[in-house]
Amino acid sequence: MHTAFLMGNEAIALGALAAGVNLVCGYPGTPSTEVLETVAKNRTDGVYVEWSVNEKTAMELAAGASYSGARVLVTMKQMGLNVAADPLMCLEYIGVKGGVVVLVADDPGPISSQTEQDTRHFAAFSKVPCFDPSSAAEAYAMVQEAFEFSEKYGTPVFLRPTTRVSHGYAALEVKDPEEYTRHIPAGFEKDPGRWVIFPRLSFANHRKIEERNEALSGLLSENPFNRALPGENAPAPRKGLAAGGISFTYAMEAREKLGKLPLLKVGVPFPFPEKLALSFLSELDEVLCLEELDPVIERHLIYVCGKYGLKTRILGKQTGHMPLSGENTRDLVNDAVSAFLGTPRREETLPPPPPLPVRPPVLCGGCPHRASFYAVKQAMKGRKTIFCGDIGCYTLGNAKPLEMVDTCLCMGAGLGIAQAVNHLEPDRSCFAFVGDSTFFASALPGVVNAVYNQASFTLVVLDNSTTAMTGHQPHPGTGRTVMGQAVDKVSIENVLRGIGLTFVETVDPLNLPAAVDAVKRADAAPGVKAIIFRSPCIALSRPTGRAVVDPGKCIGCRKCIREIGCPALSFADGKAVIDPGQCTGCSLCGQICPTGAISGGEPHA
Amino acid sequence: MRKNIILCGVGGQGTVLASRLISAAAMARNIPVLSAETIGMAQRGGSVFSHLRMGEGIYSPMIARGEADLLLGFEPGEAVRLLPFLRPGGQVVVSSRPVTPVMTALSGEEYRAEPMLDYLKARVPSLLVVDAESALREVGSPRVLNLILLGAALKSGALGLEEADLQSAIRRLIPEKFHELNLRALHWASEER
Ligand code: SF4
Ligand code: SF4
Repeated sequence: MHTAFLMGNEAIALGALAAGVNLVCGYPGTPSTEVLETVAKNRTDGVYVEWSVNEKTAMELAAGASYSGARVLVTMKQMGLNVAADPLMCLEYIGVKGGVVVLVADDPGPISSQTEQDTRHFAAFSKVPCFDPSSAAEAYAMVQEAFEFSEKYGTPVFLRPTTRVSHGYAALEVKDPEEYTRHIPAGFEKDPGRWVIFPRLSFANHRKIEERNEALSGLLSENPFNRALPGENAPAPRKGLAAGGISFTYAMEAREKLGKLPLLKVGVPFPFPEKLALSFLSELDEVLCLEELDPVIERHLIYVCGKYGLKTRILGKQTGHMPLSGENTRDLVNDAVSAFLGTPRREETLPPPPPLPVRPPVLCGGCPHRASFYAVKQAMKGRKTIFCGDIGCYTLGNAKPLEMVDTCLCMGAGLGIAQAVNHLEPDRSCFAFVGDSTFFASALPGVVNAVYNQASFTLVVLDNSTTAMTGHQPHPGTGRTVMGQAVDKVSIENVLRGIGLTFVETVDPLNLPAAVDAVKRADAAPGVKAIIFRSPCIALSRPTGRAVVDPGKCIGCRKCIREIGCPALSFADGKAVIDPGQCTGCSLCGQICPTGAISGGEPHA
Repeated sequence: MRKNIILCGVGGQGTVLASRLISAAAMARNIPVLSAETIGMAQRGGSVFSHLRMGEGIYSPMIARGEADLLLGFEPGEAVRLLPFLRPGGQVVVSSRPVTPVMTALSGEEYRAEPMLDYLKARVPSLLVVDAESALREVGSPRVLNLILLGAALKSGALGLEEADLQSAIRRLIPEKFHELNLRALHWASEER
């Protein structure tokens, strides 16, 4: 054993390696991404790791590996689970051989997601048991137990951290590689009665799954991840708390401050530890539930009360004692517990500050996406258009002054939206923007659909040669794998031509006139057209120099600031100024300034 | 020793590395550490923070209002934003240099540091304002604000660590070719001038 300072996601990765995991796959998504990256960095001999093209493919790999007796970890964020739902739902019915841990990181807030969906519900829906860690240390222990559990009960198991657990750091005791379990897969054995899903098999297995989960609910009442902490000199008689996930640590802190109420910790919310909950509730009149996203513990406790005829009042999201959306904070929990005890906290008395700057996230200084959006905007000025955005850094193209994202739904959806709008309004110029990683993950069926069904729109692939938003993971267009192999790139151009597109042009967006020209020609061409704007993410390329404003030439018209909104540009004393710390010398502002006041920098090669 | 530290600023200013250096230094002294920080979309120029807690008997990496012993502000407005987290008598170390949000630049308004710094001065007895403009110029790189502020935090005494602790953390966590620059930036605040 040794001590290491680890992010929750790193702890999960090392825990999986310690459990003898054989295959790890997934698709990047905040807050889950670092799990797979850490496995890749620390993998022991024989461990296979990949960034799969999307979550569905990853889940299918997980099935295959498990059939062969391998231990598998598959990683994704909560939205990714929607993509992987099809194979996972079926895999639960088929069952597993090698342990399968499905790491799904939820994102209360949401901080970096489109929804606040709760994987604990997905667990109940798919009937897959769910471990819900409250800290990095617990996540490390849980992932190891989850593999045992998966194999023992023949089911995939969810490990479901939330953002603060995934991204929180702690100093932890972890195993040395010599202490890792060795798990040798037996290999695939033919057994169609087991591995081929048919209605009869599903019928039979459905009953077994329900019986197993019923039994697990009892067993999990004894599992130390679920436990009831007794009150100590409790500040109120017959009142208690129930909490799961990061909110459990907030509840522990609140107990230190406000008095040690009895506390039910739910570490495995599905199958719900009903027996444990029953004995906890039967001593209490009122229980306040502290959890994020949906009121899962709250509803289960109400269910237990109803089933066993208890009079205990269950308070939480459904009674207005906790907020219905957003993430919990220490303060929110402290305030709720204080109010629950009948001693509301005094409000702080700091006088109001001066108006604070509003800082929505923006595209980085020098980001090539800014140039791409600007070129399309220039080319289509005065035309009737729709610009369908997608998921990635380039969603930020929605902000002023570009305002180039009219819609954003989910990965790849922009293509479908653009096609439909075109069918209804053939005179509208429809554009779908998609990043290079998103292109491979979820745009291909949309392109095939458009070509076959005779849609007309322009697909703009924003190819910055990486998966930037999640921290620069490789994808099929980058020519490298997460295991470090150099491989042949899958060419976006060839893929599109292979599907049947005839207008496929690749342009450097930082060459503004060429980019504008390509967009105009694409828009004028019939059918499905594609422009690939290729220029590397600034995080991957070295600055080409820095732009500077010649104050003698700057007439203070603000055009540069007004038109492109680069964060390196600001205005002081009547002139534009460039922050050298943020400027990458992309040269876009220099191509816009009407007096040629900005020089320096050049488009990256 | 028990310490709650908040680092705050604008995505891209290097708060995460600063937080990591403090953690590594504390770990080397066998002090338990928990921390949490903004990762994701907000790192693209949004408001970002790190919470860092050292000492025994801590459950959550997150800090509550009125609990921080030290607030390390990489940007004046961001320090004001998170001031409610400072405990009475806590220390604030803040960079004097404002980062103009794109929204403000667009609307044609000017965003100035002075009202923010005045607000802090009126409320925080232990306030150390770091002249970031001069510091960055003298150290000779626009990208080492984080080390300059860490140096100032050391000087304020509120960090509970020594310069040597952070020096060895720099050597362990940062690529060698940047050691000299970062060590110089760390030392800037304690130079006589
Ligand atoms: S050259 Fe202009 S647009 Fe490009 S990063 Fe520098 S200031 Fe921003
Ligand atoms: S566009 Fe040129 S002239 Fe106008 S404010 Fe910017 S630098 Fe000055």
